[in-house]
Amino acid sequence: MIAPLRLLDAGECALVAEFGDRIDTALHDRVLALDAALALSSLAGLIETVPTYRSLMVHYDPLVLPRARLAEHLLHLAAAAVGADAGPRRLWRLPACYDADFAEDLAHVAQVTGLPPTEVIRLHASARYRVYMYGFAPGWAYLGGLPAALTLPRRAAPRDRIPSGALIIAGGQAIVAGDAMPSGWHILGRTPARMFAPGRDPAFLVNVGDLITFDPVDRATHDSLSARAAAGEVLARAESG
Amino acid sequence: MTAAALHILRAGPGCTLQDAGRSGWLRFGVTPAGPMDWRAHRAANRLAGAAPEAAALEIGPGGIEVMAEGAALRIGLVAPGFVPSRDGSPLPTAVALTLAPGMRLSVLPGARGTWAYLALARGLDVAPVMGSRATHLRSGLGPLGMVTAGLRLPILPGPELLSLPEGGFDWPAPPALPLRFVPGPQSGALTPDAEALFCTAPWVVAPRSDRMGYRLAGPRLTHAAGHDIVSDGIALGAIQVPGDGQPIVLMADRQPTGGYPKIGTVIRADLPALAQTRPGETVRFRAITVDEAVTTLRRALKDDDDLVASARPLRGSVDLDALASGNHASGFVRGDEG
Repeated sequence: MIAPLRLLDAGECALVAEFGDRIDTALHDRVLALDAALALSSLAGLIETVPTYRSLMVHYDPLVLPRARLAEHLLHLAAAAVGADAGPRRLWRLPACYDADFAEDLAHVAQVTGLPPTEVIRLHASARYRVYMYGFAPGWAYLGGLPAALTLPRRAAPRDRIPSGALIIAGGQAIVAGDAMPSGWHILGRTPARMFAPGRDPAFLVNVGDLITFDPVDRATHDSLSARAAAGEVLARAESG
Repeated sequence: MTAAALHILRAGPGCTLQDAGRSGWLRFGVTPAGPMDWRAHRAANRLAGAAPEAAALEIGPGGIEVMAEGAALRIGLVAPGFVPSRDGSPLPTAVALTLAPGMRLSVLPGARGTWAYLALARGLDVAPVMGSRATHLRSGLGPLGMVTAGLRLPILPGPELLSLPEGGFDWPAPPALPLRFVPGPQSGALTPDAEALFCTAPWVVAPRSDRMGYRLAGPRLTHAAGHDIVSDGIALGAIQVPGDGQPIVLMADRQPTGGYPKIGTVIRADLPALAQTRPGETVRFRAITVDEAVTTLRRALKDDDDLVASARPLRGSVDLDALASGNHASGFVRGDEG
């Protein structure tokens, strides 16, 4: 049974197409399919869209595109897109370094989960994640697919600064951090691949809906890759997922 | 010859460059930024003769003092509630004027208002970052960081614009009416009592308010079923109610997504009135429909354009002939208008 699409107003300049209230790959597939269909339809007055776990926020100019016309268009596209493929998925292999300097919370995560640190690393690196959305700050990719054994609550006290490229987990989810920001999530490692580089084309490597997995690298490899990334090189490789 | 520049002589905290915002990147977590009071920003650009969404200086609550260097600068200023002056002569709070080289424009804090806008006809010679000249300090995006004393902002080459008339008017204070909002997207997130309370209680703007969000203090709003939702998009003006039951209205520097219920969205036309409040001031809220909000937005745009068109010649205007001859020291005040 497919739940009906709900259209919810976020003011007079944004409409939310909501497919459900859970984190669920099937819901997310519908979000992506609608987003892809909308991108192809080049509707005048459409400003931009924001895909999230369970909904698509559509920003529009109500002086150009009346709400009723947008709503009708979204319902039509969503009906036509049921079961449609949202387009090709790419699988990104991101180098990941779990060196002690980059894994400030590895010991704590190992202790809380009762797993040896090597097993925490193996589980985190080998999982295949889906990018559900970006949020919080530029290039912060919210990933689903963290192994259940690595579920634990956030830190009691947030850190003032999580470095760019940090691989962090909390609440059964994983994030690759873009910009450096404060956060209460647990730091397990770091990728030298830059999720976000303002001057680069593309500025963002990974699209919402893409898949991510990690290739563990040692410290020396990380440092050399990091220097190449700083020079503008795109380190991550994508293959069709 | 000195290159044309706007020299910042004094700047209170919170002065930044803002255009209409960095759109198109929300899906990658990029905050649009943009002006806190988009109506004053747009009117300042109109007064300057610039494009309505061009980059202009957003002046924080402490005000600013600037000087023209190297060229006469055509300026549009909208400073709601502030006290502007040119070389000591008072100006109206919305004004189109020419600042001759060496002339100073001062914007001091007044009895009300938080954000003022200084727009330039010729525009600033700074390159856009990801399609925009808006400043987002938290992520460091934008061609300039905080605008501080000592900076010289380079001005694009262009015509001297000396022959344009100067004029102004006082930017009206927003009417003392409840801020209008459209309910949703998480309608029903509060208990029915709390929903009613939101629209009847006075809300005090809390000190910890900034470009990211205005925090409101008042009676505690009770959630109907928990305060954690699966994250979704956050619109400009979203009224978010976290676990402590105290609403936060999310402003220009908001996060693009979030996991607290959003019970409504302040309409675009009324966001400037909220932005211009100061901590300790009180606001109220009233729910309206999307159709009413769109009608109100359309009327607001027209009202603002009518205001700009109603600018009256300045008393004590610059002597443009003297300026053109390079001898402005002798004739600032003409005083031929009453």
